[in-house]
Amino acid sequence: MLTFRCPCCGIDACETELAPGGEAHLKRFGPGSSDDEFEGYLFLRPNVRGVHFERWRHAMGCGKWFLAARCTATLEVFGTYPAQVSAPPPDILAAIRAKRPDWSLT
Amino acid sequence: MSDATVSALKGAEARGLVTLRDAGLTGMVTLRADLATAARAVKRVTGADMPGLRRITQGQGCRVAWMSPDEILILCEHATARKLAFDLTEALTGQHHLALDVSDARAMMALTGEPGPLRDVLAKITPADIAALPLGEMRRTRLQQVAGAIWFETETEARVICFRSVATYVFDLLAMSAREGGAIGYH
Ligand SMILES: [Zn+2]
Repeated sequence: MLTFRCPCCGIDACETELAPGGEAHLKRFGPGSSDDEFEGYLFLRPNVRGVHFERWRHAMGCGKWFLAARCTATLEVFGTYPAQVSAPPPDILAAIRAKRPDWSLT
Repeated sequence: MSDATVSALKGAEARGLVTLRDAGLTGMVTLRADLATAARAVKRVTGADMPGLRRITQGQGCRVAWMSPDEILILCEHATARKLAFDLTEALTGQHHLALDVSDARAMMALTGEPGPLRDVLAKITPADIAALPLGEMRRTRLQQVAGAIWFETETEARVICFRSVATYVFDLLAMSAREGGAIGYH
């Protein structure tokens, strides 16, 4: 069971109260981009085993999107943070490094 | 077509570990806005303070519940909802907002019973931490297959709101959870 604290309403939300939104912090390639860039934006994901940044929506709660950092192998949650950022905030990165000293943001 | 002048559950009642009944026609006005800047207008129209995170505040003949960072739900008499929505729209002129009478898009039911069984009956149908839900806190969550909201008026009475289209589903779900023989004695 995966539980995330929704940063918008403060609820510890069970996975079944949430809707997944895939990988976070994607760089958008829209009109004017090359076919390869557009394909990468739409379809190509590293699908990491380990630390992962994701979008989630508190669909059965406050309805808001938020972002989360968790480990895809152990389901450990490092933290959640507002969706209005383009990169993981320092406190989230610190929480990850405290648990995964070898990890680096690539 | 459904008849909007009767409640979705038409006075339904079920008895078991707790008593479940249709709470009847209830006025509900949803307001989406920047809650900080809308607070003065809400106070003027409803008499209620802007509720904090997940809280419910008391106004004159109505209550205001926090639903999300930019949404509140005003619970009032069914007959006054339309005017309330109109008054809010007037009071918020010039501010980006939406005030809408959603009374007939919703259903509300009441559960009454002993504190333990009451929390048990709810806990069986939602992932929300019912044991940790304080009185007067609006908890939006999942009621098995559908979205809903739960709060406790007192330790012996809870209220549930859901969409009108799933009212029968939620009523039957709660009635089944409350059936004699289904006691779990957790709370
Ligand atoms: Zn939330």
